[in-house]
Formats: sequence, C-alpha cells, structure tokens
Amino acid sequence: MANLAGYAYLVAAICFIMALRGLSSPETARKGNLYGIIGMLIAVITTIAMPSVLSYGLIISGILIGGAIGTVIALKIQMTALPQLVAAFHSLVGLAAVFVAAAAYYTPEAYGIGSPGKIGVGSLIEMSLGTAIGAVTFTGSLIAFGKLQAIFRSAPVMFKGQHALNALLGLLLIAFVVWFCTTQEPVAFWAIVVLSLVIGVLLIIPIGGADMPVVVSMLNSYSGWAACGIGFTLANTALIVTGALVGSSGAILSYIMCKGMNRSIINVILGGFGAEGGAAAAAGGDDDRPVTSGSPEDAAYFMKNAESVIIVPGYGMAVAQAQHALREMADQLKEAGVTVRYAIHPVAGRMPGHMNVLLAEANVPYDDVMELEEINRDFSSTDVAFVIGANDITNPAAKTDETSPIYGMPILDVEEAGTVYFIKRSMATGYAGVQNELFFKDNTVMLFGDAKDVCEKIVGAMD
Amino acid sequence: MDKQQLLDKISELSSKAEGLAAQADALAVQAAQMTGTGAGEVVATTGSPFLFLFTAFVLACFVGYYVVWSVTPALHSPLMGVTNAISSVIIVGALIAAGPMDMNISKIFGFLAVMLASVNIFGGFVVTNRMLAMFKKKERKG
Repeated sequence: MANLAGYAYLVAAICFIMALRGLSSPETARKGNLYGIIGMLIAVITTIAMPSVLSYGLIISGILIGGAIGTVIALKIQMTALPQLVAAFHSLVGLAAVFVAAAAYYTPEAYGIGSPGKIGVGSLIEMSLGTAIGAVTFTGSLIAFGKLQAIFRSAPVMFKGQHALNALLGLLLIAFVVWFCTTQEPVAFWAIVVLSLVIGVLLIIPIGGADMPVVVSMLNSYSGWAACGIGFTLANTALIVTGALVGSSGAILSYIMCKGMNRSIINVILGGFGAEGGAAAAAGGDDDRPVTSGSPEDAAYFMKNAESVIIVPGYGMAVAQAQHALREMADQLKEAGVTVRYAIHPVAGRMPGHMNVLLAEANVPYDDVMELEEINRDFSSTDVAFVIGANDITNPAAKTDETSPIYGMPILDVEEAGTVYFIKRSMATGYAGVQNELFFKDNTVMLFGDAKDVCEKIVGAMD
Repeated sequence: MDKQQLLDKISELSSKAEGLAAQADALAVQAAQMTGTGAGEVVATTGSPFLFLFTAFVLACFVGYYVVWSVTPALHSPLMGVTNAISSVIIVGALIAAGPMDMNISKIFGFLAVMLASVNIFGGFVVTNRMLAMFKKKERKG
C-alpha cells in the first residue's frame, strides 16, 4: 500500500512536469494545465485513500469551502489585478506550510517521524526550514499584495539600520532553530514562526513598486521552497519534486525580471529603488526643452499611410484600460494594409508575462506579439513606433548616459523607427524618475492625453 | 595456391573471432550480473532515506531549470498561475493531519491547511485556464 502510494505520487509529479512543459507553446498550454489538474487529483485521492485518513466529511467540506472561494475569486478577478491575486495565493501556500508543520510537530506519529518530544533532529531541521520559509512567504506576500492593491503606498519603506536589523534577525532565527532542534519546546517552534513572520514583512517593505515583478516571482519561488521543506519532513517525494519545480521556476523568473531591469537580485532585495526617484522626478520636471506634439487626427492619417507600425505597450495602457481601443486601432490599420506588431519588454506590466495576457484579453492574436529580442532589430526598418503607457523601457539614456539610474537596462529601440508617436498624459517621468531623452528627438511626436481617449480618437479619425 | 592459403587463413581468423565474440558475450553477461548485484548492494547499504529524498530534490531542481527555460516568455503569467496551483500539493500533508477520527490540535491545523490549499488549487488552475483561453492565433494570414 505504501509503495502503491509512492508510485502514485511519482505519477503526480510527472504530471506536474508535463504541466510546465506544456507552457512551451500556447498551443500545448491548455493540455498542460489539464495535466496539472490530473496530477493534483492523483495526489489528493492517493492521500485520502490512505488507511489513516478517515474523516472524509471534514476533509471534503474543507476542500469544497476552499475550492468555492478560490474558483469565485479566480473567475471574477480582472486581468490587470492578476499580480495581486498571485501574491495573495502565494501567501496562502505559505500559511498552509506553517499549519502543516505545526500539525507535524504536535502529532509526529501521524507522519512516522517519531513521537511528541522525541522527533529526530533531521526532521526537526526540515520542519523549521519549512515553517520559516512558509511564514516569510505568508507575510511577504501579504505586503506585496497590499502594495500592488494600493492598500499601502508602494514606495519603498526605508529606515536607518534596516540591513543591520535584518541581518541580526536572520542570526536570531538560526539561534531559534538550534533552540528548537535541541529542546523541541513548543515555545521555540512558535518563536520561529513569529520571527519569520516579522522577517517576511521587513524583507518586502523596502522594495519599491517598480520592482514588484521581481518580488512576485521571488515569492513564487519561496512558496515552492516552503513546500519542499515540508516534503522533506513528511518524506513525500511528490511534495519535494513539486516544490523544487516551483522553486526553480520562481527563481528563473526573478532572474529574467532582474535582467530586464539590469539589476542584480541582491540589489532588488536590499531595496530602495525608486526612493531617490522622487527627487529625480522633480528635477526632471524642470526640463523645458521643446517637444513636438501632434493631434490624434494627424497620427491616424500618418499611420494609415505607413507600411509598418510597431506598438509598444506598457503598464500605463492597462491602467487606462486602453487595450481594447488599441486593438481596434490596430485592426483598422491592418485593414488598410499596414503590418502591425506589438513589442513587449520583459518588465512591461507588473508580473512576468503580464502584458501578453492583457493583450490576449483584448483579442490580440499572440503571433502578432513579439519579445524584445525578436523585434528589436526591426525598429530601424519600421515607419512608426507607437508607444502607449510605456516610458522607461524606451529611454535611450539606458544606452548612452552612464550616470542614469537605468543605464544598462535593455530597451526597445523605438528611436530607430521613422516616426515615434508617444502617448502620454503629461511630461512627468516614469517609475525610475528619469527624464526620457526620446521626447526631445526630432522624429518623436507627443500625443498628450489619456491613452484610451487618444486611441479612440485615432480610431474615430480613421473612419 | 596463394589464394587458397589466404582463404584458409581468413576462415581460420574468422572462426577465432567468432570464438572471441562468444567469450566477450559471456564476459559481458557476467559483468552485467556482477554490476547488477553490486548496485543493489550499494543501494541497500548506503541509501539512507534522506539521501534518497535529496536525490529526488536535486534532480527535480535540474528538471525544473530546463523545463522552465523552455517556457515561452509570452506564457510567464500562466506559468506563475500553474506553479502557484501545483505548489498547493502541500495539501497532501494537510490531509494526513486532518485525517484521523479523534480530535486534536493537529487536526485543526490540518483542516485549516486543507482549506487554504484548496483555495489555491482551484483558484490557481481556474485563473490559469482563463488566461490560456485568451491566447488565440491569428484567424487568417494577412
């Protein structure tokens, strides 16, 4: 029986690998998701079928309550709010990990790791790791959720001696783990929990709004490692394998996001980016060099007669809910025989791949949507680059100005295009608080106004 | 004459080679048997449960690394949705805690964890499905 369960868990783990593998192309992705669901079903049914699991009523009511809540939220959520949803979900995994560890601590015999007060040291270490990572994930994700949902200000919270305090608390946590492993006292267990909860808050508060894509991926990774820690405690391969998959996935996404901003992960974790941006933004506002501004009607006429247009969307587009109007504009252009493509920067949006989802929601076919590496060379042979709701990711200063905070960040080379239309509310600076040199170029035409408004006006002018 | 001698030699050599091949075959079988039992003994004597779990962990990290790099960047958001859902396989531990008939503190923790993980499992898979359903190919070229 125990062996049979082991084989079933192995099958579940393989299903999860297939689920991730399916995401290599949009065509296979839905089948991949199905694999994931099958894997989860196998894992859950196998566990419920174990001889020690008997309280079916309680378990099924728990699954139904949780499942109903999860389903309703997932069906209602707006795609712009996806990052905070994911953050909230991560926090639940973290909390669940803490609860499972607590259950294992109070009833170790149920998991075959000893009896109360006589748990093996190995199991205790694994348990404390799972608990600590779970608790950090829980509060860290809550803070990230609050920042993304604008419950708290998304600006970094910094104070004197912050890094020293964090380092001190980290050492204290190690001390607590040693205390717990040697005495097995409940006080020690809960001390680890409480301290980890505090560390979770402190780790995320100094990270600013612009770095949220990294934070969300990082917490994704943490939730995986938490599952892994619990998996070691329970000697459960399905948990260990899945936790490792999720952990490495989150780590890779964090890396990709960091590279997209030319920042090191350490730099992001230490935080504070965007704090100095406030001052720079004020300075940037003083810039009174002349810019060329145009009307939506001119833009409509010009683009309709162009051969190719590349649209560069940013998070501002989603905030203005302009994606549908934008797609209508693109459809009109295509009807007029213009080649229209979209260029996505890795950190456009607030989580990895967010912009792709937002465009897909507006019925933009995915084969029109290109990644930075795929399309960057094509700007020079393009008539019009149409920048909507993006700013820093188009700033040529990232290539030329070594003193700029965004120097070295990969950018979309929109300035190479024949003409750049840049939709913007005002001359304010972007997230990084840096003035965009692009505005003052001869081939840049500013279209001032709300992104959705401007798109609708262009559509209107094309008829 | 020379030809005949040559042919004889060739046939002699080939029969010798055949013999050698047969010997090699036999040796290979023996070697396979030896390594087979040898490997079995190694697992039996040095394969501590932790080492076994750790092996699974490290291999899974490698699998994760290669599989995730093959995910197209356009689908990174659904990737987070799926990983979020599957990390809730932690429900396995929660079910074991909530399982026994008699009431104790672990059962309460288990029940809470089952509920939290279920929110995630259903929520994660449903939201991922919603995202993936939106990704559509161009209807016609041009």
